[in-house]
Amino acid sequence: MQEQVNLREELEAVGIGEILKQLDQELIGLKPVKTRIQEIASLLLVERIRKKMELTSEIPTLHMSFTGNPGTGKTTVALRMADILHRLGYVRRGHVVSVTRDELVGQYIGHTAPKTKEILKKAMGGVLFIDEAYYLHRPDNERDYGQEAIEILLQVMESQREDLVVILAGYADRMERFFSSNPGFRSRIAHHIDFPDYTNEELLAIAEVMLRHMNYKFTSDARDAFVRYIALRKAQPLFSNARSIRNALDRIRLRQANRLVADEDAILSVDDVQSVVASDVLASRVFETSQPAVVEQLTDKRRR
Amino acid sequence: MRITQGCFSFLPDLTDDQISRQIQYCLSQNWAVNIEFTDDPHPRNTYWEMWNLPMFDLPDAAGVLMELKECRKVYGDRYIRISGFDSSPGWESVKISFIVNRPKNEPGFRLERQESDSRNVRYTTTSYAVAERSEGQRYSS
Repeated sequence: MQEQVNLREELEAVGIGEILKQLDQELIGLKPVKTRIQEIASLLLVERIRKKMELTSEIPTLHMSFTGNPGTGKTTVALRMADILHRLGYVRRGHVVSVTRDELVGQYIGHTAPKTKEILKKAMGGVLFIDEAYYLHRPDNERDYGQEAIEILLQVMESQREDLVVILAGYADRMERFFSSNPGFRSRIAHHIDFPDYTNEELLAIAEVMLRHMNYKFTSDARDAFVRYIALRKAQPLFSNARSIRNALDRIRLRQANRLVADEDAILSVDDVQSVVASDVLASRVFETSQPAVVEQLTDKRRR
Repeated sequence: MRITQGCFSFLPDLTDDQISRQIQYCLSQNWAVNIEFTDDPHPRNTYWEMWNLPMFDLPDAAGVLMELKECRKVYGDRYIRISGFDSSPGWESVKISFIVNRPKNEPGFRLERQESDSRNVRYTTTSYAVAERSEGQRYSS
């Protein structure tokens, strides 16, 4: 038994500070999420130290539910979570098995149980991420096989806590309804984390990070235009945070490429190819105020 | 008489922790792991019954152990073995096979000698348990 533990050494041995710092740098905003991850990391670290001092306690439950609007980074954080839990020695392998209803629920009687178990077996030693978990439960159909999958999940979540961490994700209101019709789920999940929407400044910062990753950059005019774009796009229906930003950037890249190709005699410098100018941004449909919102909604739907 | 076939059978029975580490080794070699059971443990009986399909692409042994525990719940009074199949030659071939569950009481085998033409003797091994009762009840009492 160890009487004293040096916290700094312990932190370095786990390498958790590094992950948290990376998380802080790469994920913009998401304050409550980061705080909670920090708390969980601290708990697991203390738990590790307590183990060395032979102060045993029950393994903490780490099943989580991530709720938030589309594009707020639920999947990204889930992937990080697996890494963090792995470093802390809470899960053995640290892989993520990401599934939706289709992979868990069968087509006919007797199909569901083996299917769900297969996925559970694959996820053991890692993290099982169930996206849009509320689709598992179909309140309008009593004989839906989703209930069977839920029961198997609950049983394994309870009995094999040390082998598997389950993360459920989905939009807040529908998850709320899902939990209220499956109280067993709510009580087995210790951490309910809500992902807030991004502010305009955060969205701009995200856009710049994305552009940097793609080796592009805004000119200062283009940045101003994009600030206006964000404000306008946000007011429109079907806005999905970072995902909308990514789609917008993809369209901007198309327009930029088109603009460059238009002038066949041009000699392009590195800077030309990298830069996104204001006209690339301003050509967006979002700026066409004459277009009613309904049309926008329709075209947007067709596009996804 | 304690039946010795497959790997580790001359050692004391493996604990669940040891079993799980053996399975983990199989998985680390990219072998498919399979659970089989029988109540006819004759050494020439290679066809044991399968408990579900072989398990492919698992990263961790916990999944196999979960299946093993369920198999024990149903067929705890029979022999259960775990096999690892290697597919790298282009076909599935058994690389490891070990018994993970055995009945409490193992009556063993009788050696029969049949005297045939001239001074030849033909030998046969017969399981007491198999000869005594029908399938499914051989080790249940």
